[in-house]
Amino acid sequence: MMKRSFVGFTKPRLRYSTAPSPVKELPVPRQVTLLLPQAAGGNGSGTLKIGQAVKTGQRLSSGSDGETYVISSVTGTVSGLAPYVGNGGRRYTAITIAATGTDDWDDSFDKKAGLATALKFLGCLPGGPSFKVFDNPEKNVRTIVVCGMDQDLLLTANQYVVQHEGADIKVGIEALKKITGVDRFLLVVPEYLVQQATGTGAEVKTAGNEYPNGLPAMIMKNILGQVVLAGETPEDNGVTFFSAEAVAAVGAAFRTGRLPVTKTVTVVGKDGRVTNVRTKVGTAVGEVLQACQVSAEDGDRLILGGPMTGAATYSDALPVQLVTDGVVVQSGEASAQTTDYPCVNCGECVRICPVRIPVNMLVRFLEAGMYNDAAEMYDLDCCIECGLCAYVCVSRIPILHYIKLGKYERSLTQEAEAASE
Amino acid sequence: MSNTKKPTIPHALFPWKPAQEAGKGPEKRFVVAYGPHWHDGTTISRRNYHMMIAALPAVLFGIGQYGAPAVGVIALSVGCAMIWEAIANLAGKKPFSIGDGSAAVTGLLLGMLLPASAPWWLVVIGTFLAVIVARQIFGGVGFNPLNPPLMALAILMLSFYGVFDFNESLRDYDLGFPMTYPLTDLKAFGTAAIGKFGIGDLIMGRQAGAIGSTFGLGLIAGGLYLMIRGYIRWEISLSFLAGIFVTAFLFKTFGDSAKYAGPLFHLFSGYTLIAAFFLVSEDSSSPVNFLPMIVFGAAAGLMTVLIRNIGAYVDGVPYSILILNLGNPLLDKIRPKAIGKVVQDA
Repeated sequence: MMKRSFVGFTKPRLRYSTAPSPVKELPVPRQVTLLLPQAAGGNGSGTLKIGQAVKTGQRLSSGSDGETYVISSVTGTVSGLAPYVGNGGRRYTAITIAATGTDDWDDSFDKKAGLATALKFLGCLPGGPSFKVFDNPEKNVRTIVVCGMDQDLLLTANQYVVQHEGADIKVGIEALKKITGVDRFLLVVPEYLVQQATGTGAEVKTAGNEYPNGLPAMIMKNILGQVVLAGETPEDNGVTFFSAEAVAAVGAAFRTGRLPVTKTVTVVGKDGRVTNVRTKVGTAVGEVLQACQVSAEDGDRLILGGPMTGAATYSDALPVQLVTDGVVVQSGEASAQTTDYPCVNCGECVRICPVRIPVNMLVRFLEAGMYNDAAEMYDLDCCIECGLCAYVCVSRIPILHYIKLGKYERSLTQEAEAASE
Repeated sequence: MSNTKKPTIPHALFPWKPAQEAGKGPEKRFVVAYGPHWHDGTTISRRNYHMMIAALPAVLFGIGQYGAPAVGVIALSVGCAMIWEAIANLAGKKPFSIGDGSAAVTGLLLGMLLPASAPWWLVVIGTFLAVIVARQIFGGVGFNPLNPPLMALAILMLSFYGVFDFNESLRDYDLGFPMTYPLTDLKAFGTAAIGKFGIGDLIMGRQAGAIGSTFGLGLIAGGLYLMIRGYIRWEISLSFLAGIFVTAFLFKTFGDSAKYAGPLFHLFSGYTLIAAFFLVSEDSSSPVNFLPMIVFGAAAGLMTVLIRNIGAYVDGVPYSILILNLGNPLLDKIRPKAIGKVVQDA
């Protein structure tokens, strides 16, 4: 963790990790857990049965319409079905599959480069590409940004993919052109990967190596010159984001005819040792740590994602998901402790905020639970959730946590209002 | 579920955990938290201790000049401020906050603003005004709308004028330089009376005044340290000094030169330097956006010289800054538009 420098009137510079370490392939785990999103009001398991045999790459779906699905990452039998509630109250069905250890590939993926196939098979690739926006007639996406930057500090999974799997990215981009009809592909990479990136056929752009330049909102502003307005998404502005890993996975799917089921994860131990691993989607985090010889004890933090925006979770039995780019273990002493000390108005947050939010005022309103005022007067919805304000906060207020709470509470009231109308 | 195959026994919390692992002792207990999980390591107490370190040169110089009475005033002021804070914590049934150093800083700064001859009861009342009246009744650290030491100083100066008449209260001291307060001389006799104060003497602390506010060099060193370390906002301090300089320069150039002193005299006399580096830049009562900081500092400097030159009071520092403190919330509304902000038409 970078401490405040002696010369304190300058902004701290947090740099992304570069030079990804080589990937270590992990063996097939004994079991995997796949989290199948539940539709609102859905009761979960549907057609799935315990004891059902599944193949690697098989599409597992619960609802009658089959719109939400997961791709089995192993061959074996379904050994458990249970409801699971994730962050922000999102409901899932946790499907546990006991693996046989060998892969028997499902061959229903038809390699047709069309939107229907993409929606049916490619929505659950590692990296979590989403094709739903192309099915939405209200959104007119004209640009796809392939993000070869990692979303958080320490992580190098996406950079690894750009460095070593440029061929797959190239195939992926060709396939995505056919699937989506989009012509403009931007590949955003750190400076040192420009050479590898130029072979992919995409327009290559570099982003500065300083956090938070890799976040979508910053890429929109700095590279595309488009500002995402509060309450809007990049998709509203005709841009959608794919991680480099997702594009490489699409490429691999079309190249081999098999749906990729392994996820590249950066594992960081308490001592700062970084390992990149490739493991089956759904492997328990604890098993990944064990394979990397990283220990995690009582009182530590087990962070899914990176140190700035990741969420420290409660169990090492939780699975590696499609978008879990990193697993960071942090000892209790090393982790940032928050306090309930009030804001002293020192202004550090205001100076570091990349979108110029008056965080000192915002946090006062959030602490008081005045979320609507926070949004109307002090730009709650402009926040890009980079976490820099809480990183520099002298009072150690959990500002990012307050911001997420505020946004969540507002989304609940907005949903309730929409429902009552 | 009607199934012939015997399902594995699910773990109570984690139904997807392998059965053989489920019985293997208690779950590891991880700390659940949201990001960021990194912090740059700053704390309120460190900030305040650095503030005190920066004030030390000026304090030690004052103690060297005035001896034991100065030690008494400073020690009593720091101690009383912390005791008042503890009493406020007890009364408010809040956790003790004296360890964070903010009460100690308030006490130290107030002590630095008092003459060495200040009686003990004045210090006790002053710290009460600073800690309880100026800060705790508004909610404690971070909630004070006015600068606590300055609010206490302003009340004390109005109530016990004799103590702050430095010519009178320091008449028993002979430190080898003219023991008259430069600003009083200026007010009473015009520029003719301040010829005896060389700028070098003023900077080196060869002037009568409050314990911790005469040693210009020490205050500048402390202020530079705080600005470089980022513990105070340089924009406010420098614009305050610039405001004083420019205003005094304009008075000197276009006004009655027998009445108005030059800009350097104003910079290095009275409470100017301690105000610039320790008072006007106090966190909670000053703005944080760039333009408001500049306006705030410059306007406080302007007011200071206006009061000194054409007001009734000898030194304008406490009142000018307190008035600008009142304008702080309004000033801080001048801010850049957040990126992505949707501007609604009125």
